[in-house]
Amino acid sequence: MTSPKQAPGRIVAAPTAVQAPSRRRFLLGAAGTASAAALSAKATAGDLAVPAWSRVLGQPVAANPYGLPSPFEANIIRRQSPGLTRTNESSIAFAPLQNLFGVITPNGLHFERDHAGRPEIDPQQHRLLIHGLVGQPKIYAMDDVMRLPSVSRIHFLECGANTGMEWGNVAVPTVQFTHGMVSGAEYTGVLLSTVLEDVGIDLKRARYILAEGADGASLTRTIPIAMALDDALLVYGQNGEMLRPENGYPLRLIVPGVQGVSSVKWLRRLEIGDQPWHTREETLHYSDLMPDGSSRQFTWIQEAKSVITSPSGGMTLLDPGTYYELTGLAWSGRGRIKRVDISTDGGRTWRTAQLQDPVASKALTRFRADWVWDGNPALLQSRCVDETGYVQPALKQLREVRGTRSIYHNNAIQTWQVLASGEVRNVQT
Amino acid sequence: MCRLDAALAIAVLLGTSVSTAATPWQTFGTAASPEQISSWDIDVLPDGQGLPSGRGSVAEGEIVYEAQCASCHGTFGESTDYIAIAGGVGSLASSAPQRTVGSKLNYATTLWDYIYRAMPFNNSKTLSANDVYAVTAYVLSLNDIVPGDAILDQTTLPKIVMPNRDGYNNAHGFTAIEGRPDVENIACMSECTTANVVVQSHLPDGFAEQMYGDLSSHFRTFGKPPVSEVADEGLKMAQKNGCLACHAIDTARVGPPLAAVATRYADDTSAETVLATRVQTGSTGNWGAVPMPPQRHVDDEDLATIIHWILAGARSHEK
Repeated sequence: MTSPKQAPGRIVAAPTAVQAPSRRRFLLGAAGTASAAALSAKATAGDLAVPAWSRVLGQPVAANPYGLPSPFEANIIRRQSPGLTRTNESSIAFAPLQNLFGVITPNGLHFERDHAGRPEIDPQQHRLLIHGLVGQPKIYAMDDVMRLPSVSRIHFLECGANTGMEWGNVAVPTVQFTHGMVSGAEYTGVLLSTVLEDVGIDLKRARYILAEGADGASLTRTIPIAMALDDALLVYGQNGEMLRPENGYPLRLIVPGVQGVSSVKWLRRLEIGDQPWHTREETLHYSDLMPDGSSRQFTWIQEAKSVITSPSGGMTLLDPGTYYELTGLAWSGRGRIKRVDISTDGGRTWRTAQLQDPVASKALTRFRADWVWDGNPALLQSRCVDETGYVQPALKQLREVRGTRSIYHNNAIQTWQVLASGEVRNVQT
Repeated sequence: MCRLDAALAIAVLLGTSVSTAATPWQTFGTAASPEQISSWDIDVLPDGQGLPSGRGSVAEGEIVYEAQCASCHGTFGESTDYIAIAGGVGSLASSAPQRTVGSKLNYATTLWDYIYRAMPFNNSKTLSANDVYAVTAYVLSLNDIVPGDAILDQTTLPKIVMPNRDGYNNAHGFTAIEGRPDVENIACMSECTTANVVVQSHLPDGFAEQMYGDLSSHFRTFGKPPVSEVADEGLKMAQKNGCLACHAIDTARVGPPLAAVATRYADDTSAETVLATRVQTGSTGNWGAVPMPPQRHVDDEDLATIIHWILAGARSHEK
């Protein structure tokens, strides 16, 4: 027998498992002795008995000089998807979207994609070289970068392959694995345009920039000059602290709204040129295979997408006829989310969800809607519209154009099926 | 170029005066010398720009390959344990596309660039330029793209025409924000489909548990257990202790239906205590004339489970 499934995430109802032992202790002492009135009074106190932690001196303030989550949250972690990659160094760890609130992903839970493992970089020795079609090639130390005029902006970062396992059929059970290659953060750094100006970029000839990482793979990607000059960022800060090593410490590129591989981590070099490089990660991989065998290359933009994160696959709704909040995330590489609609009947009817502030450009946006589950099977979906008017498509529409082998840019409407038992599972209709 | 010249150049480029272009931070960073740049500048463009001098033959490449590459990629580049690098030409339009050097790359320079920067996987940037020319030649020969006596250098490598040279296109909407999407959904709000919505795909039963283990550990662990789990344990305890000899779930027998007990006490915060006492000491008059005798054989753990189950609706899988 499998261990008991617990009420998941925010779907919580009293009495809690923590309180169960005290109830049992009470029953033990009550048997056949006290009057019914006394028992009743004690029963009321049962769930509100003064707990042990209210009777002792707690931990000193700096017991954990760098704070940690409660030990009861120890299972809220990034996870690899079994069998997805051949090595643990060129691999992916998915963010647990089913457990998260708001639009900021905690730094320890931001998804992680490495191509040759995570390097441990000494920021004192790290250098950024900028050269090519510039007036003055320069080498910047971290101190130089961090003294430049700074900006902080909230953006999403999504791997181009997010939801890529689901092109042909349902392949994974929870939102962590269907959509966990997206995260949201407040990034702090320098506008790339500031630095390009500082080296005297030759705007008449510059068309593309090669970004290169300092990891073992020295991963390279071609960035179009328009995006580089628009809102690309040289980032050293994430959610108020320095980048975590998993996310590119001490310096990375963030190209907002663009597939994650372009936001090169552990950034060591930028070369300004006049033609694309056709690197391995923009030809062999990260290019979208079409039904006729051709590949779309330089598919940079992440189109609008949304997903309900609760209730979602793997959860169990415990109480038919009661209220459940539908909540999830929406984002678009083309700007702001304008609207999110939700359906509980598989897309026959829709109603508009509430958007939670902030609604930032190229950022995760949290939506919510009220729902009373009547106990019957239901098909939950969300569908977003971005500021360009683009409406998140159905999987069928994407397949009609792109087939099922492209891996990348699956931004289809996600369906979660609620069974009569309350179990929620990943389905495609 | 000295700093002032650079500042002037920027000013000219940006069409502004020197005074506004001269930023207060222009002294940050240090000028990079050609020697410094060349030590890091290892990328290679499709036209061959960036290729260093050196040369290597297929025969020399075989020796390097056997020592450094074959353990992961297979003797003939066929291994799918890691990434197959040979074969698959013509497979990209099939239902089982193979993405290999021969089938997918559009330029041979990409292969050279990637081996030089990123291979071997656990020991990158240790191969000499000659070794990389040689092993590039060998991998291309495994794909029947160069003959067995080929020798590659900075002149010959960029001239190789890969089978998939014309296999890419940029005629899509993903290159810019202004790009036109290839699908157009509409934000219909009601009567969006008249057909039955049918589930076409879901995971086979048991698959998730087999692959991912106990999925309940992927969620917060506080909260009450699902009814089915309560039912499993509560029903089992009720059977074990003989409760069902007199009580059924939905129908009256000697005693009242357990579902009716749940309904009556739904809003009673003292229900657990009251019912526990009645089970252990006996009860009469609450549901009719027939008394319930004391059930002293029910131990406290079982009793707590049974009452929790009854108050949760006394549901069972059989129901």
